[in-house]
Amino acid sequence: MANEYQAAFAVEARGIRKSYGRAQALRGVNLQVGWGETLAILGANGSGKTTLIKTLATLTKPDEGEVRIGGMSTRRNAKRVRRIIGVVTHKPLLYDGLTGGENLRFFARMFALDRIDERIQAVAEQMGVTDRLGDKAGALSHGLRRRFSIARALLHSPRILIMDEPDSGLDQEALRLLDAVVSDKSVPNRAVLLTTHNLERGIALGDRVAILSRGRIAYEAAADSRNAAALKAMYFEHAAAD
Amino acid sequence: MSELKGFILPTTAILWKDVVLELRAKDIVVSALVFALLVIVVFNFAVSPTPQTVAFVAPGILWIAFTFGGVLGLNRSLALENESGGLQALMLTPVGRDAIFFGKMLGSALFMLLVEIAVFPVFAVMYNFSLLMPGLMLVAVLTTLGIAAVGTLFAAMAVRTRAREVMLPLLFFPVVTPALIAAVEASSAVIQGDVGLTRWIPFLIAFDALFLVVCPFAFQFVVEE
Repeated sequence: MANEYQAAFAVEARGIRKSYGRAQALRGVNLQVGWGETLAILGANGSGKTTLIKTLATLTKPDEGEVRIGGMSTRRNAKRVRRIIGVVTHKPLLYDGLTGGENLRFFARMFALDRIDERIQAVAEQMGVTDRLGDKAGALSHGLRRRFSIARALLHSPRILIMDEPDSGLDQEALRLLDAVVSDKSVPNRAVLLTTHNLERGIALGDRVAILSRGRIAYEAAADSRNAAALKAMYFEHAAAD
Repeated sequence: MSELKGFILPTTAILWKDVVLELRAKDIVVSALVFALLVIVVFNFAVSPTPQTVAFVAPGILWIAFTFGGVLGLNRSLALENESGGLQALMLTPVGRDAIFFGKMLGSALFMLLVEIAVFPVFAVMYNFSLLMPGLMLVAVLTTLGIAAVGTLFAAMAVRTRAREVMLPLLFFPVVTPALIAAVEASSAVIQGDVGLTRWIPFLIAFDALFLVVCPFAFQFVVEE
């Protein structure tokens, strides 16, 4: 079996189209994320960011086009793809009746991880929730639930992180921890694809920035603070179109 | 071997999670139990059971109580997954959809069996009629497995619709009716010491075998967008 690192790109999408009834959410998205690279996708509400994340994360199948994660087709190798991706969605995806620690233990068992206690401690420390492991998820604030959600996505040390607006609802300390996760080099060549509304954060976190507008990648550039003004102008132009 | 481990470990993890959640919330077993007890109480007044009639009406009363109570539990079990986003989180793990199905199904079957265990002695007291018969236990286990299999599949379908409380019974009852008829007939056979048991038990086994293969297969298409 080929090693996924042999693939040229960590994430590769070609001509993805996805419709819900008459509404076209994605209209031929093409993108690539290399190993060790962070791609920040910016887009207004309704631009197709969440559908794109769900498609890349194997949660929904595209109507047309192909998604390859680590060189593997998400249609044919969805199970193997899920082993190498960590996904943060809009919803925290936690069971309210379980404690934060029990949620992490449950998902660690679903990934058949070894040394579960060590992994839980490691990701809890990484997200600053060690002292809240015993609290029920339903009783936690939105920001803490978000932190646990990111911790859940990190449990199996994924080589590719796919995050849908991971910064929404986070306080300054949590944002700092999130930045540390995105730039964490303990997993070699980890690729990160994240969506955000926040242009400054997108530029700060990403190696490249892409603007998603009306279900298409409308603009793509290196995330350089020198490009910030041009990116900003481009972003608002497309946001107005959405 | 690792394929089997990759099936059993997540299945038991999902079952454990459902049991822990139920031990804390108690909303599935309690709602199903209260409903089942209400049915038994209402029928007690409606049919005025005598020692002669109770053997005839007991199977029907019991399976109405168990099945309608079970529908409440099945709806709640999948609704909890949907509300918390748990089902989506499960879909992001490298676990087979069949393991997710069996984890959920075994949880529902376990909760239904607990309700049945609680209802049997209450029935015995109210109707002055003991149901502690090994044959009846076998019928209960076989029927509950079939109902849980079909119910888990249709609850996963119904939970994505706006009218899930209405949708589940509409989908579920037409399919489980043969199993319910078999359960009532088999229970009657046990209670009256009939030979009909030999006909209905194989029918229930066949029903379970069919739907324990078909439902997990169909489940993957139901839960994926």
